[in-house]
Amino acid sequence: MSQLVRAKAEDAVLTTGSGGTVRKLFRIYLEKPELAGVALLAVLTLVFAIRSNGVFLSVDNLRGVFGLLPEVGLVSIGVTVLMICGEFDLSVGSMFALMPISVALMTNHGVPFGLAMLLGLAIGAVVGFANGFITLAFHIPSFITTLGMLFIVRSLTVVLTGGFPPLLSSDLPIGIFTQFVGPAGILRVSFIWFVVIALVAGVLLGGSNFGNWVRATGGFFEAAKSMGVPVWRVKMACFIVCSMLAGFAGTIQVFRLGSALPSIGDGLELQAVAAAVIGGTALTGGVGTVFGAIVGALLIRVIDNGLVLSQVDANWFKFAVGGLTIFAVVANSWLRRTARRIKVEG
Amino acid sequence: MTTPLIAVRDLHKWYSGVHALKGVCLDVQPGEVCGLVGDNGAGKSTLIKILAGVHRPDGGEIRIGGQLVEIASPKAAMKLGIETIYQDNSMVPTMSIARNLFIGREPLRFAIGGLGLIDHRHMRADAMRAIANIDLHLRSPDALLSELSGGQRQGVAIARAMHFKSRVLILDEPTNHLSVKETNKVLAFVRSLPAQGVTGILISHNLHHVFESCDRIVAMARGEIVLDKPVRETNVDEVSDVL
Repeated sequence: MSQLVRAKAEDAVLTTGSGGTVRKLFRIYLEKPELAGVALLAVLTLVFAIRSNGVFLSVDNLRGVFGLLPEVGLVSIGVTVLMICGEFDLSVGSMFALMPISVALMTNHGVPFGLAMLLGLAIGAVVGFANGFITLAFHIPSFITTLGMLFIVRSLTVVLTGGFPPLLSSDLPIGIFTQFVGPAGILRVSFIWFVVIALVAGVLLGGSNFGNWVRATGGFFEAAKSMGVPVWRVKMACFIVCSMLAGFAGTIQVFRLGSALPSIGDGLELQAVAAAVIGGTALTGGVGTVFGAIVGALLIRVIDNGLVLSQVDANWFKFAVGGLTIFAVVANSWLRRTARRIKVEG
Repeated sequence: MTTPLIAVRDLHKWYSGVHALKGVCLDVQPGEVCGLVGDNGAGKSTLIKILAGVHRPDGGEIRIGGQLVEIASPKAAMKLGIETIYQDNSMVPTMSIARNLFIGREPLRFAIGGLGLIDHRHMRADAMRAIANIDLHLRSPDALLSELSGGQRQGVAIARAMHFKSRVLILDEPTNHLSVKETNKVLAFVRSLPAQGVTGILISHNLHHVFESCDRIVAMARGEIVLDKPVRETNVDEVSDVL
């Protein structure tokens, strides 16, 4: 106990004096790397609000941003959890299209809506299982497995539809995702689904023993295994959840747009990786948070939307996201090194 | 003679055509520290990994406290009271000390089907106590493992093994990559195991370390045990000769 008190006293000494504030900022950064993203988000929001003469923060515009956020946010959460576990999923963009197309086709053939949704999620689970099983059983990088799955699943969406979006029956209860709610109808119900799923994922990852296993498995596979963590099952669970979330997110988007285009979600897999990385997730596994994934996804949405409103040529969007991704990784590794050096010297 | 705590009989293991263990027999008495030495590929690691539940034997039997056991997984080994400390792969550098101490054995507030929420306060307090119990002084249970020195990391690994009341502590080359001072600390800890009621198995390349801290020496070569003597009845030269 006396050691604890002494440690606290030392902390207090360290945080006073001239170098103390910097040190404290570094410590906060080390513990919560996603806060850098939050700071950037605040700055960008301010810049875009000024440059667009306030249009950026208008109800109509926020409606647009908050309508799209749940869709990319859910994909980013899945990809982030899987990356923390030490694996990749490049097939999320294709899965984003496969589930809504399956649901549309099934309901058109008389399958009840609820059952079609469950079967659609089951298809996501099967794709995730295949990704995980092939990766683990044959000891190949998930980068390759899921790259293959990207093409396979995308091909399925085109084959299933013949290249034309299947009709969405008008009597589907899609209002449970698309209805506007909240003050001034600023949010859609999909946002509530998103928040609930994000909270569950956040608590599971940060507060449950399963989350501890995910971090351990991605942080150091051999150590996790030798400590009796069921590493195989943990990875499988992450693959499956990632794929299901992607399918679910795509379904929400299709309901919002009213059309199940077989091409939706194209390129989304890399945007999701970018969101994860911008939010502080390490490519090497073991490090990252659900909150960081959301911050990363929101940053990408804000940049996309803000550039348009600032009347910048929209083709600069990918340039900006690319630049931010590289910047985030460089800054993260530099800050991590610096923070450690300060600590060693102190 | 008392019942051996660990009794291994005629243990065999093949790795894709290589006969790594050729009918190994070994008794470890309760309260002794047994040094296991041998060249690379002699079979020490294989033997240890079988006892730790990482590998399954292809033949032979293992008794713990006289009871015939199947050590099917690392979890099963831990349940039998066998804890293992590896030279470098038992800690996750990106996780906090507290989280590392309880990987796979997190204290839960409640659980459904084995999954539940971690009791963080309990976990941090226990982590501090476990670390203090082995005379290691670390500022906070929230520090990341990657911030610690090699010796401190090994200390955390030892704290973990001791916290879970191990009956047998296996140390697989615990002093690799450590400074001289840190090495001495780990060896002193190994010597103190019998006093704490723990039986130890120390694997080392360094014969001097083994002679310094063990009661008995077991030497392996080419998958067999070639020497098994109390430390006082042998010397470094004799052991070097058989290896």
